[in-house]
Amino acid sequence: MTTAIAAPTASGAPLPDGMAARLRWAVSDTLTITKRNLLAVTRIPEALFFAAVQPIMFVLLFRYVFGNAINTPGTSYVNYLMPGIFVQTVAFGAVSTSIGLAEDLQKGLIERFRALPMARSAVLTGRTTADLVRNVFVVIIMTIVGFLVGFRPTTGVVPYLGAVLLILLFAYALSWGFAVIGLSAANSETAQVMSFPLLFPLTFVSAAFVPVASMPSWLQGFATYQPVSVTVSACRALMIGGPTASWVIQSVAWTIGFLIVLMPLASWRYRTRT
Amino acid sequence: MQYSIEADNLRKTFSGKHQVRALDGVSLAVEEGTVFGLLGPNGSGKTTAVRILTTIIKPDGGHARVLGHDVVKKAGLVRSLIGLAGQYAAVDENLTGRENLQMVGNLNHLSRPVVAGRTRELLEQFNLADAGDRPLKTYSGGMRRRLDLAAALVARPTVLFLDEPTTGLDPQSRNDLWEVIESLVGGGTTVLLTTQYLEEADRLASTLAVLDHGHVIAEGTPAALKSELGATVLEVGLSTIDEAARTASILGTLGPHTPTVVGTVVEVTVDNGPESAMAGLRYLDQERITPTTFTLREPSLDDVFLELTGRRAEDETVDQTDDEDQQRRRDRRRAATEAMPIATGELS
Repeated sequence: MTTAIAAPTASGAPLPDGMAARLRWAVSDTLTITKRNLLAVTRIPEALFFAAVQPIMFVLLFRYVFGNAINTPGTSYVNYLMPGIFVQTVAFGAVSTSIGLAEDLQKGLIERFRALPMARSAVLTGRTTADLVRNVFVVIIMTIVGFLVGFRPTTGVVPYLGAVLLILLFAYALSWGFAVIGLSAANSETAQVMSFPLLFPLTFVSAAFVPVASMPSWLQGFATYQPVSVTVSACRALMIGGPTASWVIQSVAWTIGFLIVLMPLASWRYRTRT
Repeated sequence: MQYSIEADNLRKTFSGKHQVRALDGVSLAVEEGTVFGLLGPNGSGKTTAVRILTTIIKPDGGHARVLGHDVVKKAGLVRSLIGLAGQYAAVDENLTGRENLQMVGNLNHLSRPVVAGRTRELLEQFNLADAGDRPLKTYSGGMRRRLDLAAALVARPTVLFLDEPTTGLDPQSRNDLWEVIESLVGGGTTVLLTTQYLEEADRLASTLAVLDHGHVIAEGTPAALKSELGATVLEVGLSTIDEAARTASILGTLGPHTPTVVGTVVEVTVDNGPESAMAGLRYLDQERITPTTFTLREPSLDDVFLELTGRRAEDETVDQTDDEDQQRRRDRRRAATEAMPIATGELS
């Protein structure tokens, strides 16, 4: 290591001018960051646990412990439960977006990224895309688990895939909200603590696990029309039948609304966080 | 004269519960192919200066150019020309060494074969070839720093920023890293280095600036700075406070510098080390004072500060406890120190 390291001769590729070149860089950088985040998931056993084991516990808990005490008119409880579990699982999973970003900030990785000639948006698009890919696996695992405990969708493959698509889009929109939290938190522990008070009412005061009609009347309005509930209702209709269009439209509207508000908000938070 | 880095009257204030004026009119000029040392205690503004020069944050006032390009208006271009290695070893814990370097290469938009070649080359150069495919969790503090520095070099930057590259490292790793940096400079790279260690600045830098409270309080070559200070520090330990006071008045006669007393330890800067030491011992013997310790040492940053400002260098980040950003940085520093096998304090 005592010999002189060769004089600098070349730097990175020339900067892109023009929209097409810029877009190509943004896509390539997003893929690089996505890959990095997915590799991290495979390297942290706790993260895998969070992504897979916890939702399976929820399925078993509600299917075999609470389920018999919950009355769901017109369908078996396991069929009622699974669409709720799908949405709850991806919503809980979105917390990892906030924890991951807070960790990157805390460890100084974001500092390094900011001094690199990469697309600034890629840190966020790469993070949310990685979470989307992870959710695809989560949905596949949960489908298998569901079938093992007696979940039997009644509507066919195409509506089922439609429901999956709806869940993934909804989860993607949620990721941007949790990105805002992650970029606002002082550290990853705070990010986690900030996330759960938001998630608990959304996932449990909802149509995910029990019929809303069983709740006190003052709670029913929120429990019916909040974003998690309408997405659960849309998926339930797509998976086991029932009136579909209105729920799907409401869910898609929430998803689009979230993206319109949260994407610029997260990008602004990323730019201004010093 | 060709300057690779120029800063003109940079100002930056961080708002929060406590306003912190991190930089209050800092101007610098770094000649092409040289190493410039920015010396100062924690909270003096070193890191803020580096963050502005590397386009991470924008200054509130003033201008800065890297290779002639404005760091605000031409931030993208500047990023493609510089490398940054930070005091917090900003490498991805969950990836292997090789994956870390490949990621940085890809984000620099180098072609696939170039990324693969550079990665292999750098792992080799930094003695990480065997550890290249191991996850970072298994790396020592010194290995992390070497990888961090390697990551900064993937795109062959012509200007390199090193923010406290050896803080928290054990002496052996520190020496290894110094050798790496020296060989880089031999290759023609311009380096701006921040440090809390006068010894490090002295060894690596050809020009120094001392920062205090966001101001440059001294500038020049390490030799000039040291001769201004007196070449060495005489440090005498006594058994009682009373003896310390008497010793201080005796040692005050050795030269123009006033001794300082901390507890039972007396320190004085002397111009001619051995000669002054012998004279000091003779006087102490005449007064029947027997020191418990008697040391001649190189001046530390603390001594520079004492000489320049009349007070000890203090860690100013402690004042800013409520600032969320400071909290984050402190957490990060804590994380970095925990990862180090040996956390050395001041090295004098």
